[in-house]
Amino acid sequence: MSQFAINLLFVGASFAVYIGIAIWARAGSTKDFYVAGGGVHPITNGMATAADWMSAASFISMAGLLASGGYANSTFLMGWTGGYVILAMLLAPYLRKFGKFTVPDFIGDRFYSNTARLVAVICLVVASVTYVIGQMTGAGVAFSRFLEVSNTWGIWIAAFIVFLYAVFGGMKGITYTQVAQYVVLIIAYTIPAVFIALELTGNPIPMFGMFSTHTESGVPLLTKLDEVVNALGFRDYTADVDNKLNMVLFTMSLMVGTAGLPHVIIRFFTVPKVADARWSAGWALVFIALLYLTAPAVGSMARLNLLTTVYPDMAGQVENYDEAIDNPILYEERPDWMRTWEETGLITYTDKNNDDRIQLYNEAADFSERGWEGSELDVNNDILVLANPEIANLPGWVIGLIAAGGIAAALSTAAGLLLAISSAISHDLIKTMINPKISEKGEMLAARISMGGAILLATYLGLNPPGFAAQTVALAFGIAGASLFPVLMMGIFSKRVNSKGAVAGMLSGLLATLLYIFTYLGWFFVPGTEMLANTQENWILGISPLSFGAVGAMINFAVAFAVSSVTEEPPQEIQDLVESVRYPKGAGIALDH
Amino acid sequence: MAEDTSNADAYWKANKRLIGGCLAVWALVSYGFAILLRPLLAGIPVGGTDLGFWFAQQGSILTFICIIFFYAWKMNRLDKKFGLGE
Repeated sequence: MSQFAINLLFVGASFAVYIGIAIWARAGSTKDFYVAGGGVHPITNGMATAADWMSAASFISMAGLLASGGYANSTFLMGWTGGYVILAMLLAPYLRKFGKFTVPDFIGDRFYSNTARLVAVICLVVASVTYVIGQMTGAGVAFSRFLEVSNTWGIWIAAFIVFLYAVFGGMKGITYTQVAQYVVLIIAYTIPAVFIALELTGNPIPMFGMFSTHTESGVPLLTKLDEVVNALGFRDYTADVDNKLNMVLFTMSLMVGTAGLPHVIIRFFTVPKVADARWSAGWALVFIALLYLTAPAVGSMARLNLLTTVYPDMAGQVENYDEAIDNPILYEERPDWMRTWEETGLITYTDKNNDDRIQLYNEAADFSERGWEGSELDVNNDILVLANPEIANLPGWVIGLIAAGGIAAALSTAAGLLLAISSAISHDLIKTMINPKISEKGEMLAARISMGGAILLATYLGLNPPGFAAQTVALAFGIAGASLFPVLMMGIFSKRVNSKGAVAGMLSGLLATLLYIFTYLGWFFVPGTEMLANTQENWILGISPLSFGAVGAMINFAVAFAVSSVTEEPPQEIQDLVESVRYPKGAGIALDH
Repeated sequence: MAEDTSNADAYWKANKRLIGGCLAVWALVSYGFAILLRPLLAGIPVGGTDLGFWFAQQGSILTFICIIFFYAWKMNRLDKKFGLGE
């Protein structure tokens, strides 16, 4: 069977499962549509949350980020997992107790203000739309690489599949497809990682292999990797960073952003009890960790593997690295996987010094005395995971599995985001603000139409990615962290913060963050409109625009408390509402509002 | 009613204390061991590198999982103790 046929089989089989679930899990009520009926088991929800959370970026790009950045990019690992700790303790259980359907629902009710609700809806839509574009393009890439269809067709197919289960099944359909998608993606991610770990270290568990001995050289893997990258002029893989303030703030921004992202929060509305919301956050992190603990191993091993493939003399025990880098492989003798990936343009080779060999090194270092005239191999970070099975010489079905896994990661996150967007429109805008008299049936129809509309919008933006599409980290996490997270937390932990404080806080956190981002990345990310070059010397206190979300959150807190303290107390019934979300007792009643 | 309120207050105080403790550990392993205190831990070797690196790439995630399950377990007991569970 050809590789194409195998890929088609795996992807087709996974789609058949998703469609089967779509038929089985049709939503009968708005409660089904928004929160899957509120009866999802905490472990099931944990698994669905993990798939909801782990996007095309986690699946495809994370290992590459770690491979290229080493220790410095640990921020992504800690940030994208640490957010679940604050979610579990500061938000999820109380929002579940509140017992409504959306994030703006809580903000609007708690701050008794449709202005607050509207600001929350806008923040939610901007953050989620930015995020969903990356999922559509990610699915397009996976389709075009593995199924030999054009990018455009790939995106349309992805949109059609999501349409089937999201429009008919709502959160109910999404929940159970996400569970299936989690299983597909984690198996696809783990199998090649296990084989690479075995090959390099003899240890079948990647997270342990990473910290054990590299078989071929007899040196610990990370020590070996440091030596190898060092010999080629790169920074040590494990090297410490100088700008610690920025590292702390970036990690914090990712954490509060994670906790404030609406598509993650609404997953916790689907469990039956408040206590389940807490357990479920723990299970979600367990399932996420299975991938996030494997990713650094894949990153470090793939980097070492790539460099020792190019410089075979560096693979074993090396006395003198200066000599070991003398004989990079001949271009004609490159391994098959490099040939395959060259066809996609994600690996490119230019023989700059015409010696028919591949030199790969850090161009910032000076290797001119060796007759090297520049690094000749350009490897796109994103291929590390996708090419893993070929690098490890695994059978064709593993490649088919990776194809299905990458697409599952993109689709599961896209569906969660689309539900967050459509429920904000049908529930918060239409039902609560525009036409409160709308019938249950009318709201269901509105929810399905908004879902269809959101999918069309995401498809259009996926086909014509705007400039801001690449700014998921800055925009989605910045907005969620600086505007949504703080007001949600204050809404629960303070009875004193009132509507004026919340609106002022949200807007100032949001505007400060956007202003700082636009200053360095251009107004609305239009190239050439940045007011200061995006370099560390220009950053205030060395804080990068991507790290500013945490500062924006602090501004939000400060402004909200300041404004609230000089204005009136919230009415008694609001203080009673805050009181009631703090205690699990009576949650069953709250859900049937 | 007065008794109800003081019971509820005590529950909320106990919850906040627990959250404070959990967040201290959360910050210590991530911002502390993995980032700011890494130079101090440089002398402790772990698999070819140092303890700070391990915390940055694995240790903090494992600790986060433990924190959430510990919190969920403790809160279940608080819910029962104060009679405020579902």
